[in-house]
Amino acid sequence: MSVGLEHYLVLSAVLFSIGLYGVLAKRNAVVILMCIEIMLNAVNIALVAFSRYVVPMLLTGQIFAIFVIVVAAAEAAVGIAIIIAIYRNRQSVDVDKFDLMKW
Amino acid sequence: MFDIVFWILALVTVGAALAVVILRDVFRAALSLVLLFLAIAVIYITLYADFLAVVQVLIYVGAISILIIVSIMLTREVWHGSPTGKLRIPAIVVSLLLLGTMVFTVINTNWETSGEPPLQPTTAAIGTSLFGEGGFILPVEITAVLLLAAVLGAIVLIREK
Repeated sequence: MSVGLEHYLVLSAVLFSIGLYGVLAKRNAVVILMCIEIMLNAVNIALVAFSRYVVPMLLTGQIFAIFVIVVAAAEAAVGIAIIIAIYRNRQSVDVDKFDLMKW
Repeated sequence: MFDIVFWILALVTVGAALAVVILRDVFRAALSLVLLFLAIAVIYITLYADFLAVVQVLIYVGAISILIIVSIMLTREVWHGSPTGKLRIPAIVVSLLLLGTMVFTVINTNWETSGEPPLQPTTAAIGTSLFGEGGFILPVEITAVLLLAAVLGAIVLIREK
């Protein structure tokens, strides 16, 4: 069986699940941000695969992927700024210690 | 030939992603994230998305990974490693459940693929549909505002009092 749309979608699903595990289980805020980037990249693979196999002449999937990349860049900048601001206050990037807004 | 390239890339991406999650050393995790981004750029090339491959290398490998490595150095938490929290087992269960659902759905759906050959090169076509008549010009303008807001927000958050 030659490689087709399903292979790319399964690869994307595997990467997304790995990223989701990292986001849920890790305690270092920078590692959580890295795992969010993995999830966004997994979604991009699925979008580009749909663009290649379903509408090869329209390229709408690739344009969606470009917008996802732009939002990911903005998210990384703001996320790292928040992490560094919290680190200045609490001398830690451990999300278990970010409990200022807990009831 | 194409199949072999895909399987090698699948192994490299899944291995690098697992390394990001499993490695205790945050800096090594960041380096394997760079490897993951590069492998995904090659995956874009196998999908005939040449422009996106270059964008991936420029933005992810060039900018975002540098930002992440600099933030690891600024927070000086490298010796703490990346420990897992109390929710490790539930997180594994949730991820495996989601993975099973997605793989089941993908395999059991009858995808209507088009037999047309892919458009290449894609740069001119992407430019036309982003900026051309009846294209995505409004989202592009909104994206500019979003980027400006993100940069201003980052500066305000990180400024010394």
